[in-house]
Amino acid sequence: MILHILGTWIAAGLTIAIFSFLYKDNPFYKFAEHLYVGVSAGFGVIYVWAFDLKPMLVDRFISEHGVERWILLVPAILGILMLTRWTEKYAYISRLPIAFTVGIGAGLGITGSVQGFLLPQMQATLLPLTTINNVILVIGVVTTILYFYFSHEFKGASNIILRVAIVFIMVSFGASFGYTVMARISLLIGRMFFLLSDWLHII
Amino acid sequence: MRLQIPLIVVLVTGLLLIVTFFIPHEPFGSLEQRFLIWYSIVAGFTMLLGLDSLTRYHLVRIRDKIKGWGFSIVLLLGLFITLGLGFYSWAKYQSPFTLGSPFMFLYTYVIIPLQATMFALLAFFIASAAYRAFRARTTEATLLLVAAVLIMLGRVPLGGWLWHRMVDFADLIPGTHLAGLKNLEIFARINDWIMDIPQTAAKRGIFIGATLGGIVMSIRIILGIERSYISGS
Repeated sequence: MILHILGTWIAAGLTIAIFSFLYKDNPFYKFAEHLYVGVSAGFGVIYVWAFDLKPMLVDRFISEHGVERWILLVPAILGILMLTRWTEKYAYISRLPIAFTVGIGAGLGITGSVQGFLLPQMQATLLPLTTINNVILVIGVVTTILYFYFSHEFKGASNIILRVAIVFIMVSFGASFGYTVMARISLLIGRMFFLLSDWLHII
Repeated sequence: MRLQIPLIVVLVTGLLLIVTFFIPHEPFGSLEQRFLIWYSIVAGFTMLLGLDSLTRYHLVRIRDKIKGWGFSIVLLLGLFITLGLGFYSWAKYQSPFTLGSPFMFLYTYVIIPLQATMFALLAFFIASAAYRAFRARTTEATLLLVAAVLIMLGRVPLGGWLWHRMVDFADLIPGTHLAGLKNLEIFARINDWIMDIPQTAAKRGIFIGATLGGIVMSIRIILGIERSYISGS
């Protein structure tokens, strides 16, 4: 119980310190900001150790046998090679693990995005033009894609395509903006509720 | 060789992953999963690089007494206390993420409030940005404004309240019986329509374009045409 009260006071203090930035940049905000960076980095290290390195490398190396065990040395060595960036002389060796990760990203970037995103999205767009909504959706997708096709200059009558695309893009950006505002306001309400309810017990 | 070997590694890794997609049988079948695990392990080690960079940067600031160096001490203390509590909780509770552990105390009462407040703070800056962006000076800005306002009205009780008052007002006209229209919840419907049709259409168009660009970039990387990722070291 005492720990909960102490924790609530710490959380309230930090919340107010961050909100103090609304007045102007000040030492309280800077304190909270630097603390945030520090604890977040520490949390990131613990998280990576707990969910990546330990279960995928250390635990498996202990539990596996034969080839499955020793093959784990490959990513371990690649990981250690990444640390050669600490030395100026051998920093070029870190290109190997970087190349490996880039290769995986590029390989998955082709197969994964075609199968997982591109084809399903195209399939969802190939609709029968039997309803107004379907017509609007298809026109929106096609004109938006054409809007970002910079290899051809749209002039004259074809400029209409760009005008239509801008309408869709602006509505989309406006909707996304409204959505983001709502999310941020929800967080603000959450923090205010914490201060007034959990900390001050006013509401 | 310093350049060729990484290019060969990229080519082989990229092609192998493409092959596993088309030949999902041994020895290729499990390769994608295996590579993804290896990727996580290698990426995990990069955390050490980031940690070193952050620590070194702030130690230099403290050593040279650069303006604001006191906050660098706060940052480093926060970092090492978090690490200390994490490994202490590990030793005592088998996992740092056990409820009631000192590490989870830090997470609940320090990290969550800091993170949530930092993002909540953005609400004010978004409001100020909205004031500048939403002045309806052009057709495009008007569209942006109308869409954003309709989305916001459709997602809060104010939208429903406003619609009910509008129906009540219209009902004052003699001979009209519009009370039934209240159930329409027009702002919520408009919100759903904008999100499902025009917003989805534009977003889909943008994402399809971006994905096509990503695929082209992946092909360039695998073929060694794009080499910026190894030029810095």
